[in-house]
Amino acid sequence: MTTAAARRTPLYEQHVELGAKIAPFAGWEMPVTYEGIREEHSAVRRHLGMFDVSHMGEVEVEGPGALAFLQRVLSNDVAKIAIGGAQYSCLCQEDGGVLDDLFVYRLGGDRFLVVTNAANHEGDLAWLGRQSRGFDVIVRDVADRYAMLAVQGPHARQVLSAALGIELPPRFHVSHPQVGRRPALACGTGYTGEDGVELLIDPEVAAPIWAELLDAGVVPCGLGARDTLRLEVCFPLHGNELSPERNPIEAGLGWCCKEETGFIGAEAIARARAEGTAEKLIAFKIEDKGIPREGNPVLRGGEQVGTVTSGTFSPSLKVGAGMAYVNSELADTGTEIEIDVRGKHRPARIASKPLYAKRS
Amino acid sequence: MPDATYPEDLRYHEEHDWARVEGDQATLGITWYAQDSLGEVVFFDPPEVGAAIQKDSSYAEVESVKAVSDVIAPLSGEIVEVNDVLQDHPEKVNEDPYGEGWLVKVRMTAPEEAETLLGVQEYRKMLDR
Repeated sequence: MTTAAARRTPLYEQHVELGAKIAPFAGWEMPVTYEGIREEHSAVRRHLGMFDVSHMGEVEVEGPGALAFLQRVLSNDVAKIAIGGAQYSCLCQEDGGVLDDLFVYRLGGDRFLVVTNAANHEGDLAWLGRQSRGFDVIVRDVADRYAMLAVQGPHARQVLSAALGIELPPRFHVSHPQVGRRPALACGTGYTGEDGVELLIDPEVAAPIWAELLDAGVVPCGLGARDTLRLEVCFPLHGNELSPERNPIEAGLGWCCKEETGFIGAEAIARARAEGTAEKLIAFKIEDKGIPREGNPVLRGGEQVGTVTSGTFSPSLKVGAGMAYVNSELADTGTEIEIDVRGKHRPARIASKPLYAKRS
Repeated sequence: MPDATYPEDLRYHEEHDWARVEGDQATLGITWYAQDSLGEVVFFDPPEVGAAIQKDSSYAEVESVKAVSDVIAPLSGEIVEVNDVLQDHPEKVNEDPYGEGWLVKVRMTAPEEAETLLGVQEYRKMLDR
């Protein structure tokens, strides 16, 4: 994996020109930050930021059997998505372990688009291809057809309308605007807890659209702020909170699992739901100083009771905060714990999710 | 953030630390290059006053939103003061790495070590490599 040349998005030159710090991520050379993670973070909370997320993958699923097939592989009730709708789901293996978490857009009665995590795209494709045998369906890798921009923040509606003439689609709805005179998809989704849109556009118009948004005052944001933003609103990240070793129930994603649809993994997940799981994913805040990091042990009474899956300094809360899997018996909100941050035991408390809630 | 600067009157360590030697004491901090690589500092975890620090070993941690970095001692000594301003304003390390963003003051236990540190020209040359 590491020997393969890192891939670049259609906006790589723009990132370099803006002075971004570039780092490898899931086989891509991606911008981590431009002016600073905290500035970018607060631009999204207070104004409007944009993220190049072209590293994410897209898979088209089309054919008379498309709905039946997706119902079989995805945890949510795909039949509930109206044409022009979007839905969050887990892609599970037989034992309920999570191969990926993703959004599905329903573009037509028999046509869907699945948006994958960059690190899992190839694996998802292979899995979907294998599982599609026996269904009247075509599974196509269309990742090269799209550049993806997430435009997120409270001013999304005004700026997108003024700069690109796009109406903000309602949450979990997909519209088909022209962007740069090319057909595009605009989805009312995001990974920040703010209003906004994820735009799937023709890679050829990515650079001019990026420039146009920049001119409109949209702040370019890197993967650093993307991570702190999603962590504050407790959205899981596959590879941290989610993995093939964890089922959706312990990750708190039972709400997107509809076992009655008979998807792959449904039996194991129904059992986990009924019997409970040994560990649960919780959110926590450090009480005083210290910044938790992935892999830090979670302690109670000196004993390890869990492990941090993601940790950071929360720019909005101005304290160390994170998520962790802990022993289910200790997973109640308000429970006092300690985080072992490189040998220093930092007092912390389990907090309700999300850690940060938008004032409305 | 200010432009890259490396004052003439400081001694430098390869791990991107600086020392300002005054009598038997030295003030220590991280260089412009170090703070720029790290990004915005959000937390400085200082050693205790009285602690002994060893040249070339970690004596403190500075953290940005994304990463934690060990601070390497350019000189051996005993901590006589830590910069308390950084507890509430860790960003001073970025804004003024050689001034208000200093980290600790030490009483040197091996003052001759200062001679082994890099001068500004040598340190700049190292950065250019």
